[in-house]
Order: sequence, then structure tokens, then C-alpha cells
Amino acid sequence: MAIDTLNEPVFNRDMVFRNVRRRAWITVGAPLAILAYLTYTWFAFNVPNLLAKAQPERAAILATDSVAYKVHVTKFLRRDIMEVAIEGERRATYSQEDLPEWVEVDGTDAVIDLGEGYGVTIAGKVMEFTVPDYGTIKVTATNSGVETELPAGPVPDWLKDNPKKLDARPTLDRRVQVTRTKIEVHNYFGGWENFWFPFHSELHGMSFSQLWAIALSNERLDPNRSNMSLIMHDFLENPDWQHGEVFVALFETIMMAVLGTITAALFGLPLAFLAARNFTPSRFLRFGTRRLFDFLRGIDMLIWSLIFIRAFGLGPLTGALAIAFTDTGSLGKLFSEALENIDNKQVEGVRATGASQIQRYRFGVIPQILPVFVSQVLYYLESNTRSATVIGALGAGGIGLMLVETMKTSRDWENTSYIIILTIVVVIVMDQTSSWLRRKLIEGR
Amino acid sequence: MAVAALEQEILSMRKRRQLYSLMGILLVAAVLVSGYSKSNEMNSGGFLQGLSKFFDYPGEIVVEAWQAGPAFFGLIIQYVPAMLETLNIAGVATLLGGAMAVILAMASTRNVDSWGPLIPVVRRMMDIMRAFPELIIALFLIFVLGSSPVPAMIAVAFHTAGALGKLFSEVNENIDRKPIEGLSACGASWLQRIRFAVMPQVAPNYLSYFLLRLEINVRASAILGFVGAGGIGQELRRTIGWGKGAGDETAAIFVLLFLTIMLIDQVSSFLRGKLVGASRAH
Repeated sequence: MAIDTLNEPVFNRDMVFRNVRRRAWITVGAPLAILAYLTYTWFAFNVPNLLAKAQPERAAILATDSVAYKVHVTKFLRRDIMEVAIEGERRATYSQEDLPEWVEVDGTDAVIDLGEGYGVTIAGKVMEFTVPDYGTIKVTATNSGVETELPAGPVPDWLKDNPKKLDARPTLDRRVQVTRTKIEVHNYFGGWENFWFPFHSELHGMSFSQLWAIALSNERLDPNRSNMSLIMHDFLENPDWQHGEVFVALFETIMMAVLGTITAALFGLPLAFLAARNFTPSRFLRFGTRRLFDFLRGIDMLIWSLIFIRAFGLGPLTGALAIAFTDTGSLGKLFSEALENIDNKQVEGVRATGASQIQRYRFGVIPQILPVFVSQVLYYLESNTRSATVIGALGAGGIGLMLVETMKTSRDWENTSYIIILTIVVVIVMDQTSSWLRRKLIEGR
Repeated sequence: MAVAALEQEILSMRKRRQLYSLMGILLVAAVLVSGYSKSNEMNSGGFLQGLSKFFDYPGEIVVEAWQAGPAFFGLIIQYVPAMLETLNIAGVATLLGGAMAVILAMASTRNVDSWGPLIPVVRRMMDIMRAFPELIIALFLIFVLGSSPVPAMIAVAFHTAGALGKLFSEVNENIDRKPIEGLSACGASWLQRIRFAVMPQVAPNYLSYFLLRLEINVRASAILGFVGAGGIGQELRRTIGWGKGAGDETAAIFVLLFLTIMLIDQVSSFLRGKLVGASRAH
């Protein structure tokens, strides 16, 4: 059949019709097939159920929490004390003399002004929460739970009232909770609290110019160390934000990507010569090397990282080796393809000058594949920065693991968004650097 | 005189080049040596102790798989549905991301008459989409939507749209403008020009990149499963969590994943060879 068509003129009526019909089938069939596949996956992924179970309010909480912080006013009923603290953290507690102006504490009672007509008074074990357009909620903590008196009318959605606990959040930025052991009021403010320095540091709340003056002045705030190192120390050791640890984790992630990629390139290049037809006459050796590349690539980063985590534990070395193993396969394959496509004339030209084997490779082959080598290595470096975050999340450490852990605690979303922003910045910087280097090295501008 | 000056210049250029190369090599060597020693320090297990243990774990699961005997093949079959789910994640993500990428590419290439002011905006958008690590979007969506394949799918699709969009717009830049001009001379609208002048030229390359991306996405979705997005990754996490004794199941998943990735790699590289070969012949 195939031989027959060779002898016939290229354009015959049947063939044209056949082609047109085939085209028509593809035009109709391909979208239909895709649609059918999407419908199948719609049900295979159980999307209707997912949509029913989705919790969009979590996204709202996350969004508010990542750009805001809250100040807790807590009355511990057992110990009968009143505490005002940022995020309820002991290390960020306001002293009794220096309370924010919206709280008035009188012994163990308090009057709290939440703004816009919202207000809370706490007296003994009774809390009254005034909500405009609704009324006053009066809650009394008893030994077994809480007793609530609500204004007349239907109970609104933002109010969760049961015998054990009352939880009222009339707006996103005001919340009151009462249980039998404590009365807690949350007041939300925009911004990231204590971002630069811990709450109890002398440096807390200083402006940049003040810090600059302190850094340059001779009077030591802390007699044991210079002001400059005090500033660095207080910043990096900030317990809420853990800047120091975040930077170390980022460094680990970058190290995984850089070390892994360079190692893969250094092992991939010599092996690529073994896999290229025009350099390795031995069919057996060539076949073996190619299967080795396939094997390294096929095992995949996921499995390699799991194996290396078992062997080497947590850390950048694990991630670097996992990347190196996978990419030796990928880069080796790419290099061997580049080697097979080189122009033999240059090699012969070099040989005609009486060059030895090594000189032929150095001056005839390497210059031809160098652009491919450099550009591919840089591409992989960039994509490996992204992979390194994922490998980290599998348990190899670095910024990925940190991200997973802060998300798991799901308490301080501002920390999570801080890490996310830093990660994206690092990826973009790596991306820009690698494309800058590529332009510089290959196109020479 | 002129020749001597030229010789001087060439020699000094060569010297400079050699100096740069030497510096480059030294830099790479320094990064490697200091990086490995530093990371060896930071790692919880050292390199040398780890090296002796390197084959322990693979050995352990191979032995357990061997002990399972013929039942091992049953285990592999048992995990096929999970693998299928991972493939579905990758498939849908590549389809949706690819469709999105076509739109982005058509909106961001001067060569196909995209609307001028839109070009830089769409380009920056694609850069940002590419830069977002899949992990971050997946974790965020898992938090909002719950553990399911859909978050992973959306995360992978988002990244795919950016990555493929860039490659597609590079393809668009290299096409022949004559068919476009011919069609616009006939009074064709922009959509008609895209459909009948651009698409036929770019389709083979698009499909080839699409297949390459599918390969990458299968790996990515397997990994994302491990952080809670369903599919083979989640099963792997479960069996690994069981520790000793579940080595045969882990081995079954490893084998299944390896075979699938190999199969997809081979099929896609065969198809890509055909596609690009076909476009070369014409």
C-alpha cells in the first residue's frame, strides 16, 4: 500500500478527500475527547463533593491574619489576673503601667473600647459585649461553663453559643471568647507586629534613623557587646519571626540547588561523551550509559530524596544529592544529544594541525557544545531552586520544610506569608540572575 | 607595525580569556568544596556515616519485596488507581495550563499582532506565574479546599501556564509573517489570522512542548501527592510512615512510579521526534 502511493501523483482526489475527512474528524474529535476526559476527571476528583466541603472562610481568615495582628486582653478567672499581650504571647505582654489607650484596667476588671461603638466591659466573672445594631451580650462564667443572655431576636451567624463556650466575631477584626476559665478579647490591627525587634528589646519601635544613630554611637546599650552586633542579634534572634532561622533555611535551599546542579553538570558531561554515537564506537558502552541516564531520570527526584533522607538525614546535603542524581540523567541526555549534533569539520580542522586527542576535544568539541552546556545548566539551576523547596518539604529541610511546618501549626499566618514572599523573591532573583548570566556568557552582551 | 599591534591585542585578549576561565573554574571549585563541607556540617547525618547506610534502605525494601514473591505484582496492580490519579492530575493540569498558555502567548507576541499595551503586562504576569513554586499554591489550596487532587492540579496548571506561555511566545516570535499578511489582505479578523495563519505554523512545536511539560508535570504531581494532594505520592507517604515491614508496598510504588515515568518519557520523546521531524520535512 505504502509503495503504491509512492508511484502515484501527490494530489489525487481520494487522498485529498481522505485528508479532508481526517482533518474534519480531528477538528470534531479532539475537542470532544478533551471534554470527555475533563468530565471524567471532574467526577474522578470528586469536585462536587470538594466544592461542598470547601472552606472559603479559611481563605478570608488567612488573608486577614497574614496582614494583621491581634492584641489579646485576657482575664484568667482561676488566677484572677488580667493580661494584655500581642498575640497572647507571654514574651509580648504589656506592663500594667504602659497599656494601650483602648484598654482601661482597674484591678482585675477592664473596660475595652473596640472602636465604632463596639465595647466590652469585664467585671468579676461577667462580660458585657456591646454590638451596634444588635444589642448587648451578657455572659457569665460559671464553674461548669457559661451562661449567656442574648438580646431578643434571631441569633446571628457570627455568634457561636453553647453551654461550654461563647464565641462572638461580629466583624473580622473583633472577637470575644468566654469559657469557664477565661475571658478573652481580640482586637485586630493592620501590619506585622514586632517585625524588626522583639517586644521587650530596647530597640523595639525605634525608627531607622534612631537605629542608625545608635549603631554609630559609642555608648553601649548592652555593655557586653557593640551596638551594631546587638542590633543584628536582636533582629536575627527575634522569637516571633525567627529571621535568622529563615535566612539559614533559604541559604540551605539555594545551596541544594547550586550544589546539585553543578555536580550534575560535572558528572553529566563526561558521561555524555560515553553516550554519544560519534565519540563512543562501542555499542555496548553507549547502551549502558544511556540506560544509566534513563534510570537516574526515571527514579525521579521524589524517590531519590526519600532514599537520601533515610541515609543522610535532614539537611542541604540530602537535597543536593537528590538533585544531582536526577539531573545527571537529564543533563547527560541533553549533552549527549548536543554532542551527536556537533559539526565534525572543526574537529577535523584541529586534527589537521596535529592535535592530540585531548586537544581535539578541547579545541574542536568543547567550544561547540559550551553554549548548550551553559544555557542548560543555568536553566536547570533556575528550575532546581523551585524543586529544592519541594524536596525540602518532603523532609530534606530548608525553606520548604519550614513552610510546611508553619502552615501545619496554622497559627501565625503572617509568618507563613513572610516565608512565601521570601521564597518567591529568591526564585525570581535566581531566575533573573540565570537569564542575565545566559545573556552575558552566550550572546556576549 | 600594525601586525605586531594586532598580535599584541590578540595575545592580551587570550590572556584575559584564560584568566576569566581560570577564575570561573576556581569559583565553581570553591563553591563545590565549601558548599559540600558546609552542607555536610549542616546535615543531621554526615556524609561518611550515611554512605555506609546508603544501600541499607533500598536493600531492605528489595529484600521485603523479594520475600513477598508473586504477591508483589498484586501489590503493583493494587496501586494502579492511585497512579492513575496522579496521571489525571498531570493530564488535566497540562491541558488547562496549556490552554491558558496559548491565550497568554497570543496576547504577548508582537509578531502575531497582539495588542501592544498588553504585551509587557502579560509577560510580567507569566514571569510571576513561573516563579511561584507549585508547593506554595498547593499547600495554600489544600488548607482552603481540604486534601484532594484538585489543589495540586490547580497549582501545577498555574505554573504550567506561565512556563508554557513563555515557550509558546518564543515559538510565535519565530514564525513566518507572510501568511498573516496574506490573510489580513483578504480582510481576515485577528482571530481568523491566528486560527488560519499562526496555528498551523506553531502547532507541531506547541504539541512538542506540551508533551515535554506533561512529562515534567507527572513528576511534579507525584511529589505534590507527598504533601497531601492525593495520588501515588500520598500512598507513598502512608507506606513509608508505616516503617519496617511495609517495604514491599513501598517497593511496589517505587517500581510503578519508575515504570510509568519511563513509559511516558519514551512515548513522549517518540511523539516529539515525530512531530518536530514532520515539521522539519516540510
